Amino acid sequence: MKTAPPTVSNAEPSSARLIATLGLAGLLSGLIIVTVFEATLPTITAHKAEMLRQAVFKVLPGTVSLQPLTYKDGQLVPVDKAEKDEESILAGYGADGRLIGYAIPGAGPGFQDIIRLLYGYLPEERRVVGMEILESRETPGLGDKIYKDANFVANFDALSIDPQIVAVKKGTKTAAHQVDAITGATISSKAVVRIINEANTRWLPRLNKVIDEGFKQSR
Amino acid sequence: MPKSKQDAYQEFIKGLWRDNPVFVQVLGMCPMLAVTNSAENALAMGGATFFVLVASSFFVASLQRWIPKQVRISTYIIIIATFVTVTDFTLEALVPRLHKELGAFIPLIVANCMILGRQEAFASRNSVRLAVVDALGMASGFLFALLALGSVREILGEGRLLGMDLFSPDFEPWVIMILPPGGFLTLGLLLLFFNWLRERKERLVERLDAWEAQGQ
Amino acid sequence: MRELLWIFVSALLINNFVLAYFLGLCPFLGVSQRLETAFRLGLATVFVMLITALCAWFLNTYILIYAPYLRLISFIVVIASTVQFIEMVIKKLSPALFKALGIFLPLITTNCAILGLAIFSTNKGYGLVEGLIYALGAGLGFTLALVLMAGLRQESELAPVPRLIRGTAMNLIIAGILSMAFMGFAGLFSAS
Repeated sequence: MKTAPPTVSNAEPSSARLIATLGLAGLLSGLIIVTVFEATLPTITAHKAEMLRQAVFKVLPGTVSLQPLTYKDGQLVPVDKAEKDEESILAGYGADGRLIGYAIPGAGPGFQDIIRLLYGYLPEERRVVGMEILESRETPGLGDKIYKDANFVANFDALSIDPQIVAVKKGTKTAAHQVDAITGATISSKAVVRIINEANTRWLPRLNKVIDEGFKQSR
Repeated sequence: MPKSKQDAYQEFIKGLWRDNPVFVQVLGMCPMLAVTNSAENALAMGGATFFVLVASSFFVASLQRWIPKQVRISTYIIIIATFVTVTDFTLEALVPRLHKELGAFIPLIVANCMILGRQEAFASRNSVRLAVVDALGMASGFLFALLALGSVREILGEGRLLGMDLFSPDFEPWVIMILPPGGFLTLGLLLLFFNWLRERKERLVERLDAWEAQGQ
Repeated sequence: MRELLWIFVSALLINNFVLAYFLGLCPFLGVSQRLETAFRLGLATVFVMLITALCAWFLNTYILIYAPYLRLISFIVVIASTVQFIEMVIKKLSPALFKALGIFLPLITTNCAILGLAIFSTNKGYGLVEGLIYALGAGLGFTLALVLMAGLRQESELAPVPRLIRGTAMNLIIAGILSMAFMGFAGLFSAS
């Protein structure tokens, strides 16, 4: 009769071994991740900056360079890069170095989910000169016209903010502060208008305190 | 050797059809339905999962001897999460637009039950070669399923495939297809179709066996 | 205040985690056969989500600012440890409760909904309070979807459904119709 081959001892591995395995795995994993992170960081950062610049150029026509500004302690302060939690806007400068206006971000609930946008504002003329939707999850075919319908976006190319921006039924726009809403997407249209109005309420008082000479174009 | 080649081939094929992770095992659907609203997104997500599965299987099979049984699941998860993070950064650097579309669902690949399942059921118990072939098969099956889903939804929901218009401008797209309900319904109907195909095949095999038994 | 309410209702109904974001499908399609079970799993998930939201906020605010690339791994580790810990605590404190929901807890670990909550919450930049409200809404929304599904499945067991459709295919189609129904909640908060 054949005897069974001797079995390998199945002793329980010590806790030290378990922890060592996990520790080693974690360490290797961390190394790999950090390497890839550092390698891809320059590309990612450059791309993000480029997307932001393009958005600002769209909403503030004529802009050549930008300067991020953060609102701190009652003052608008130029910063290199806005921190995540702080409220900030972007100042746009023309080819001659003079301030053109500000690109102000806004966000708020739309029909489905939060809409994030950027709009250009000229303080002296109290006008909105451009609007760009950055993020939205509105209904395809209806609500998504807030960025797909060129006519709707064009509403914001020369929009007076006095007394307040108002969305009106399509085709009934008569005054400079009115916006033609999208047929079948009233809620999304009104949401965009509301977001801009709310952002204005927040930022206009702060902008009025700004002295233009404070900003020299240094970029 | 011919036999092991045959084995490898079997392992690959089974992932494509017989044991297709989505249509047969119904695994790994969790975040996948969300990103199959177009064929391009489906391709991207399938590709990302492909890389993670093959890389993870490779490493798990290679290191199986050194991973104690008690911490194996945690170790597998660490390995999988590493590759998912790597994929996330790489995609963000190489194809930022696609990355934005897929959004938070790339990190969610780590919760894809299929990947962890393969490590536990196969990669940790077989040779590196077989494990990789199995991973290739499963990942291909997954990619195929995702593409099927994404294409159907994009064609019906937008009238396009991979961005190319298929119908005349008068085509009224069936918008619900690219919205969440469309995902559920499409997968449900596709599953139904696969079930029907399988049943037909089984009945055919039954009939053939019966004929043979009668000495036909 | 209104913002918090929006966050809650959005996660609960308008952008339901299961029916709008496809998260948590494994338990949704697998475990939701009996109403009682579904409800218990849902509540366990709410609990884990709340703790996860707390931990995620802590990690994001104090630790991950130094190593943002470790976000995914740290989230997973936290979720797995939390579930393990809760399991131990429940086992000690209430063996009856443990018997009732014991097997569900490991299931929750691989639940994409929990990880999804952590990631979404981070991407939206929610603070502590917002994060917790979001977690509450998401968890209750998950429970709601699960309970609805369980009820429908219990009813359909008695119905003459063709054999071919029975199973996951039917569940997915039911889910699709549920998802369509929930789309009706969009615009719930439309301010004029």
